[in-house]
Amino acid sequence: MELNMFMQHFINALGLGSLYGLIAIGYTMVYGILRLINFAHGDIFMLGAYFVFFATIQYKLPWALGLIIAVAGATLCGLLVDRIAYRPLRDAPRISALISAIGVSFFIENISIVIFSGMPRPVVQPPALMRAFSLGGVRLVPLGIMVPVISFVLVGALLWMVYRTKPGLAMRSISHDIETTRLMGVSVDRIIALTFAIGSALAAVAGVMWALRYPRVEPLMGIMPGFKAFIAAVFGGIGSIPGAMLGGISLGFVEIMSVAFFPDLSGFRDAFAFILLIAILLIKPTGLMGEKLEDKI
Amino acid sequence: MSQPSENKNPARNKAMTLIALALFVSFLWWAQSHLDGYKIRIINLIAINAILGLSLNLIYGMAGMFSLGHAGFMAIGAYVSALLILTPEQKVAMWILDPIAPWLPGIHAPFIVSLIAAGLFAALFGCLIAMPVLRLGGDYLGIATLGFSEIIRILITNLTPITNGPLGLKGIPSHTSLWMSYGCLLVVLICMTRLMRSNFGNVLRAVRDDEIAAKTMGVNTFSTRVLAFTMGCFGAGVGGALMGNLITTIDPKMFMITQTYSLLMIVVVGGLGSITGSVVGSVLVTTMLEWLRFVENPVTVGSIQIPGVPGMRMVIFSVLLIVIIIFRRDGIMGMNEFSWDRFFSFCGRALKERGAS
Repeated sequence: MELNMFMQHFINALGLGSLYGLIAIGYTMVYGILRLINFAHGDIFMLGAYFVFFATIQYKLPWALGLIIAVAGATLCGLLVDRIAYRPLRDAPRISALISAIGVSFFIENISIVIFSGMPRPVVQPPALMRAFSLGGVRLVPLGIMVPVISFVLVGALLWMVYRTKPGLAMRSISHDIETTRLMGVSVDRIIALTFAIGSALAAVAGVMWALRYPRVEPLMGIMPGFKAFIAAVFGGIGSIPGAMLGGISLGFVEIMSVAFFPDLSGFRDAFAFILLIAILLIKPTGLMGEKLEDKI
Repeated sequence: MSQPSENKNPARNKAMTLIALALFVSFLWWAQSHLDGYKIRIINLIAINAILGLSLNLIYGMAGMFSLGHAGFMAIGAYVSALLILTPEQKVAMWILDPIAPWLPGIHAPFIVSLIAAGLFAALFGCLIAMPVLRLGGDYLGIATLGFSEIIRILITNLTPITNGPLGLKGIPSHTSLWMSYGCLLVVLICMTRLMRSNFGNVLRAVRDDEIAAKTMGVNTFSTRVLAFTMGCFGAGVGGALMGNLITTIDPKMFMITQTYSLLMIVVVGGLGSITGSVVGSVLVTTMLEWLRFVENPVTVGSIQIPGVPGMRMVIFSVLLIVIIIFRRDGIMGMNEFSWDRFFSFCGRALKERGAS
């Protein structure tokens, strides 16, 4: 494979990987705090894509405004999901919350089919983002550069928030010991809501960029990226934000490069992520950067 | 806790069971000749869903392993059985995308053999999968089994010479009759009841309720779980095979995660860990899913026509799942089982209350 061809794939993989990473952060933060796989997260990502679609394509608003609407709308949905479906089950066995999560995910998918119709809809990409240019023989579009850059900036901001601010401290504290944190006078439910809000906002940003990259939206578009992002979170070490990003990018590279080098395997593309998951769970269940979770007796 | 309750009146209970069974058999006999094809199909579906629900309940409710891979094992069962009972001519005519694997048309077996083969294949895959992933606990297990179910689906879609790829298999001879599906259900019910009353059932409950305590008592928790998982997969394979034979066409899209969700609904509605519960859950969920089709069809009330909303059925279904898990987590039966003693004492109490008021 020629070098500039390889670079093309490299940029592609970085873009896809950082999108997986952005979604994975939502999974990893919620799991780190509540030990709950938020199955609805992939669907929040889908809602983000739909909100921007309606704002910009249907109502002809500028993309920047569309992005804000998408983030606000998805954040609201994320908060509602937590309030309605997860908070009543905080003290229930964890498996009940998991079933509730499955129910919510199923609900969002089906209500979207009812409201938005099941037909995929094309997204018109803004021409400014798609104007191709050449950099050292590699053909690029601004969007291809924008996606990883925006993702890394957001992750940087998030890390600052988690490690340098009071709510961030509270989040880390809850993930260690929820009861003690409550006794310290932290409003646990509010911090958990904040976690859901942040995760949903990042998923919405990923949804907007996904809709721009693969220019269409459909109600079930969140399922596969959602699963894969969760796998990325496990791969990177669940509970760790840099781990989620690292896991996402690794997964992006595995998918793009395996198909680039072995085009015959393109039909199996979706299987790679799951094989990677099972491999990492067997070799190093805590993931690349995760801490060991002890079983409590 | 479900424990075998002390049998207060064995002769009466045995007689009641026989009477109930006889009534049910005559109902089936009547249904066979009097009901239309659609209704018979739903009654069949109830039995098949009950078998599938029971097999999932064995893994999840009784052994406490959160598995989301049932659709994948159903797919294995359905394909194995269909490939065995399709005639060579049918097979040769069906493969359009890719040439059929040369050894495939020659393989042929009667329906019963294909059912058992379907179960065995699913169990084999289940066992192979269980070995590595059962070392994981809780929700990791769920996501890993879900992953396997997706891998199985992707393999079926891509291994065109064997599975005919995304086109699926058509024209499977319809062997699933009421007698066949309820016969299978009866066998499964008897096996499950005996299993849960045996020592293995006790061990299984111990592993579910407190793994560390069970280990301390010298139980090999790992092999217990692998065994339970494998048995559950056998049931899934048989259920998938019956389903394929009932519907007569199968394709990879049939076995998406949605399929596992409806089984999960059956198990949760009925009560995790209750055999009776899964049967009740299957009756309720299957009929409800059919009945909910009316919201998707236009309804005329007087002179006003309310247009149907496609997809609404699944919206209501998912809302019900959330409501049940939030407000009535134990489902209908909890962990209890039906018994005649319980039934009569319940009736007695109801009568007394009516007399008192």
